[in-house]
Amino acid sequence: MTFLVFVAIRVGTDPVARYTRINARASAAKIQQYKEANGLVGTIPEQYVRWLWKFVRFDWGVSIKGRVPVWPSIKDALSNTLILGAFASVIGITVGLGIGIVASLKQYSKFDSLSSAGAFIGLSIPPYISAILLQLVFAYYFTKWFGLDKPFLPPSGVYPPGHDGSFDPVLRLKHLILPGTVVAIQTIAVYSRYMRASLLEVKNSDYLRTARAKGISETRVIVRHALRNALIPIVTVAAIDMGAIIGGLIITERIFEYKGMGDFFLTAFTNGDFPQLMPWMVLVVASLILFNLIADITYAFLDPRIRL
Amino acid sequence: MTDISEFEAAITKPHVPNGEPTADEVNALVDSVSPSRLALRRFLRHRVAMAALIIFVVIALIIIFAPITTRYGEIEILPPVDGKRSFNPPSAKAWFGTDELNRDLYSRVIWGGRVSLFIGLTVALFASMIGTLVGAVAGYRGGLIDDMLMRTTDLFLAFPTLVLLLVVRNLFDQLSWLNWLVGDLKSIRFIIVLLVALSWMSVARIVRGTVLSLKEREFVEASIALGSSAPRIVVRHLIPNAIGPIIVSLTTSIVGAIVAESTLAFFGFGIDPVYKTSWGGLLGASKGQVLTGKWWLLVFPGVVFVITIMCINFIGDAFRDAFDPKQGQARR
Repeated sequence: MTFLVFVAIRVGTDPVARYTRINARASAAKIQQYKEANGLVGTIPEQYVRWLWKFVRFDWGVSIKGRVPVWPSIKDALSNTLILGAFASVIGITVGLGIGIVASLKQYSKFDSLSSAGAFIGLSIPPYISAILLQLVFAYYFTKWFGLDKPFLPPSGVYPPGHDGSFDPVLRLKHLILPGTVVAIQTIAVYSRYMRASLLEVKNSDYLRTARAKGISETRVIVRHALRNALIPIVTVAAIDMGAIIGGLIITERIFEYKGMGDFFLTAFTNGDFPQLMPWMVLVVASLILFNLIADITYAFLDPRIRL
Repeated sequence: MTDISEFEAAITKPHVPNGEPTADEVNALVDSVSPSRLALRRFLRHRVAMAALIIFVVIALIIIFAPITTRYGEIEILPPVDGKRSFNPPSAKAWFGTDELNRDLYSRVIWGGRVSLFIGLTVALFASMIGTLVGAVAGYRGGLIDDMLMRTTDLFLAFPTLVLLLVVRNLFDQLSWLNWLVGDLKSIRFIIVLLVALSWMSVARIVRGTVLSLKEREFVEASIALGSSAPRIVVRHLIPNAIGPIIVSLTTSIVGAIVAESTLAFFGFGIDPVYKTSWGGLLGASKGQVLTGKWWLLVFPGVVFVITIMCINFIGDAFRDAFDPKQGQARR
């Protein structure tokens, strides 16, 4: 699988052409030197084997552009994405589940139809529209209306420009709010629908009737019997979503210039920087597969009827 | 004729014990025998979907008749307003304002809609055709074709969509033997081929699943017993019976293609913005500009885009309920 990806990226991007375009008068010796420095000599399978051997020994090399070591930059991007993903998922899933629970307990009520409509709108708005809309409202209009000298909420970055690199939780949080909201909107929409459907299904089940017939209080029926069972499918969906976060916030990160995995990918991609792209691909795919496995295992663990 | 009237009498009798049933009642009962009629009727009864359909048709008509409904050409540059050569806010001259080259945004939203909708519909059509055929054959035949289909889709599902789009885009561009098919990197054709290549697989998976359950049914068995060939069974029996899921996945593919194209265009990987534009391209142009308060660049294309997407989503949803009422109840 990594071989296929390697071939696709190596065939798709041509760093040598880029190099000769930038340095139009480079001599043949210079080009050869450039090729050797970046592991571009030999046939593609040869290159692949060499790359894989280095990769498993954790020698991830340096980027073609700027000659930055790959591992530290990918590590920073990873931690930034994980923070954003965790922030957005915690808010998104809690609010989404809450809305879904209330909506299904009061089926066909005003709240139910309102939240359904909201979820539909939320699912139909692509992240780039909501992201720019938030930038417009919070970074531009609020600043204008309140007469502030700097944006009400920062529209981009992880820290303001010129920040000394030390950890500052308040600034950090401020920069998380807008991108986090964009991701959370989608998460809320998806999870409120899931939760509602799942709980409605459980609500009509026989064991709930049995529980009521035993004379248990309604709260206990809902919390202990209905919710616990309705949450089982949600947990697995959540696990799969967690795996997708690492590579899946590209659009949001790009618009807010948030230095995460998505931004890392797009920059590396536009530069045709395959020493950076390959580890990125491996990490993203590995996390997807890993979390799919975790989803299967938790499902079997939570629902004894399922055998792996 | 006699046997049909007997049949009518038999099915109407319990409901109308006294007197002859009226012609309308008989027609209604006879009509409801056909499942596709039933589905159509359920669809028409879906109020939200009908509203969505009407809005979508209006948008589509405005876009189709772009030469009449637009006020300026696609790349026509307006004369300066009050000496301003760019970014004029909405006015009587330019209803939606103008962009960085002083082009009328109202006209460009409509022209862009042409590109977006054309790409969406074409991609969905081709993807559904290829996906239906491959999915039906894979589901019916099983074996090697089936395994290959499932492994390829598994492979493609392991990557984020945008990553896949970008990597395959570069790949298509570099493979010279694909040139006759994909054309120029920044052409509409290239985008269509790229999106079809990546979206037929989801249709194929859905059709495969449906065919897997259909092929065990009695009517397929009967057809085999009558000596039908495999292609005939696939084309005459399996595909027509899977039409519900196919139409539903067609609508999802339209949305998927429009959104995918917009995403590519948004990040500047779409069609050449000098001659043509799409909704994604217009939205992408608003990216840096909203921070200086040029709200019209985002709001007008954004609202049109979201309304269109929502309409298609609602229509698809109604199709799903119409073709599969049981599933619809469970979801509600």
